[in-house]
Amino acid sequence: MAKNEIKYLTAIKQEKPKKKFCRFKKYGIKYVDYKDIEFLKKFLNEQGKLLPRRLSGNSLKYQRKVSDAVKKARQMALLPYVTDLMK
Amino acid sequence: MNSYELMVIFTPVLSEEDFKASQKKYEDFIAEQSGATVHSNPWGLKSLSYPIQKKTTGIYWIFEFNAPAEAIEKLKIQLLRDEQVLRHMITRLDKNAVEYNYRKRNGGFAVTEKAEA
Repeated sequence: MAKNEIKYLTAIKQEKPKKKFCRFKKYGIKYVDYKDIEFLKKFLNEQGKLLPRRLSGNSLKYQRKVSDAVKKARQMALLPYVTDLMK
Repeated sequence: MNSYELMVIFTPVLSEEDFKASQKKYEDFIAEQSGATVHSNPWGLKSLSYPIQKKTTGIYWIFEFNAPAEAIEKLKIQLLRDEQVLRHMITRLDKNAVEYNYRKRNGGFAVTEKAEA
């Protein structure tokens, strides 16, 4: 046990994460286009992998649309499969 | 008559008029299959995010058209036989997609995602 390491009895309470909302429902977007990369990049992490729903806050229906669009973009070399993205 | 969207990546060594010629070829092919072209949108030379067939750039072309379902099979054979084409993808457009493309073309997008967030 390092001397200066302070052990708290209860975990420190992080600040409350802001309420997540499904941007598709809120802004009424119906179709996820696989061609506009900037929008799709919001749903990718640094390695170019898809963000899970708990992080992207999408509802199931739109998360699937996003994942289809990203896979199409990857197929057509618009998005890399794996990279250290310049995000 | 369903609406489809074809995206094609040509080899970068293609010259300008070859590029136009092959566009014309496919547009005529669709017209011949009693289809109708809605919109042709050549992006031109773009760098690929990963090399395809040892090439790091490609000429993109997006072609939106209406066609009967049987025409798609023939179109695919044409595309596979054409060696100038590195990669192609035909997607079927549902009504939201058609409306999205239409709005994107004329009048831009009213709802901007990050407007107020």
